[in-house]
Amino acid sequence: MIERGLAIEATGLVKSFGDTRAVAGVDLAVPRGSVYGVLGPNGAGKTTTIRMLATLLRPDAGSARVLGHDIVDEADAVRGLVSLTGQLASVDEDLTGRENLVLLGRLLGLRRDAARARAAELLDAFGLEEAAGRLVKHYSGGMRRRLDVAASIVVTPRLMFLDEPTTGLDPRSRNQVWDIVRALVEEGTTILLCTQYLDEADQLAEGIAVIDHGRVIAEGTPGQLKASVGSGALKVRLLDPAQRAEAAGVLERELGTVHLEPEPAALSAPCADGDRAAEALGALARSGAGVADFSLAQPTLDEVFLALTGRPAEEQTAQDALGPERERAA
Amino acid sequence: MSSAPGTPAPPAAAPRAAALRRALAATPRPPRASAVSATLTFGWRGMLKVKHVPEQLLDATITPVMFVLMFTYLFGGAIAGSTGEYLDYILPGILVMSVLFTTVYSGVSLNTDMTKGVVDRFRSLPVPRAAPLVGSLLGDSVRYLVAGTVIVVLGVALGFRPDAGVPGVLAALALVIVFAFGLSWVFTTLGLVMRSPNAVMNAGFMGIFPLTFLSNVFVEPETLPSALEAFVDVNPISILATASRGLMDGNAQAGDVAIVVATAAALTAVFAPLTTRLYRRG
Repeated sequence: MIERGLAIEATGLVKSFGDTRAVAGVDLAVPRGSVYGVLGPNGAGKTTTIRMLATLLRPDAGSARVLGHDIVDEADAVRGLVSLTGQLASVDEDLTGRENLVLLGRLLGLRRDAARARAAELLDAFGLEEAAGRLVKHYSGGMRRRLDVAASIVVTPRLMFLDEPTTGLDPRSRNQVWDIVRALVEEGTTILLCTQYLDEADQLAEGIAVIDHGRVIAEGTPGQLKASVGSGALKVRLLDPAQRAEAAGVLERELGTVHLEPEPAALSAPCADGDRAAEALGALARSGAGVADFSLAQPTLDEVFLALTGRPAEEQTAQDALGPERERAA
Repeated sequence: MSSAPGTPAPPAAAPRAAALRRALAATPRPPRASAVSATLTFGWRGMLKVKHVPEQLLDATITPVMFVLMFTYLFGGAIAGSTGEYLDYILPGILVMSVLFTTVYSGVSLNTDMTKGVVDRFRSLPVPRAAPLVGSLLGDSVRYLVAGTVIVVLGVALGFRPDAGVPGVLAALALVIVFAFGLSWVFTTLGLVMRSPNAVMNAGFMGIFPLTFLSNVFVEPETLPSALEAFVDVNPISILATASRGLMDGNAQAGDVAIVVATAAALTAVFAPLTTRLYRRG
């Protein structure tokens, strides 16, 4: 195999827009052939980092090699090997789905017939053949995302940048995008996935870098990160708030500690293990407490941030969401 | 955020596992598209937009059509003695105006592109730097051609019969489009520095509107105050209108045509590299 070494090797990447330091020295080492997650709240510098690595922005300082090519000096070589699925769906709304794919096929060097055949193949594979002739502006969010991903693999990239691929999608569309990502990795593509959902990084990524204020503040496998946060929690909502004291006693016996939620009928207890949660719920049922609903929740990004930085993930500043617009204005 | 159960999606909407594998199986990377092929492909995109979003073209064409009707029948008698004579004078001028108004939309649509994600994708493709821009202006030239043709057809319907006939009209149309291609680089530059499509539109028309009126498109400059007359005489739009009239009447001055072509070349030489640089910088 010649596919050795790192897919992405970044040291000290810095990018400022005016007075705002969007990226303040990011180091990344992404192995080939896997999904690597970049996790952080909006405005943390994820999109700016990805745009530098995809050669759309020049770093102010630092350097990076993508698949062995320098992102500044060999930008054109990098462009030949990667593809980008931006946060804003990177497809042309005023064209049909088919036209979008044929357009990219032609731009990537396919001959007319090959571009048409490839477009048909992708539309079929992504469940878009019925919508192929419709303008993309009439697509649903999920269809648009699928087309977006399809557009990124018209010619199979060696490295794919996926910037928040499931933001705003319903759970079914999200699962479809995840399936596509998994299939891509199995075929040998490396994926750099930016996301603000711990859940998503957990589902897909082998390694994760947590980024905040333009810096990497933690790195590891999803398991390591979650261990740093502690366990998840069993959350229960009762039918009758009057039964809460009694239910709290049961959960305390079963799981050790219990926490009363602000909502009068809700309570939670730390628990990482499904079996123990099931036993606790059983005990709760035997005690006669009527349960309206329950969940075994994973730690949220907020909890990861709390554990890593001692403060919650900040509210969205919409900086990343405005990415290109902002950067142009700067 | 809890782990949602993997709802089985109806087959029609879901990516099919087998087809997906096939589609994802690494395809050999084709040789890169040539500069010409990439540019023409972007031109094709521009033409598709004319097909899918005809409103823009309509917007830009309707004003000149109204001007032809209004000026000819309202002011024609007063300005030139008869509506027929005035039509002969004004039609080549309105042709110029119609096509030049359409160039503003090149900047507007580039700005619209920039605010959407699609430009990021284009910029991350291994294609020559200027291909997306030159290509879309080539596509826009089709738009210019349509805008010009509408005016000519309207004129003929109203009784416009130029001395140089069809070849003369085609030559004038070609000259106007060449100038429009040069001018549109100014608006693409504007499209990359302004914040919104509307701002581009306003700024664009704020420039092109007075320039068109302060030309000989509507009236002979001899009647104007001398300072204004001096300006109108050197206004490239006047020279373009004069050259177009000349080509349609068969008495064009080679000098006028040369000035128009040179102006278009100069605008391209200055603003095309500027646009390309701004576009790459994002």
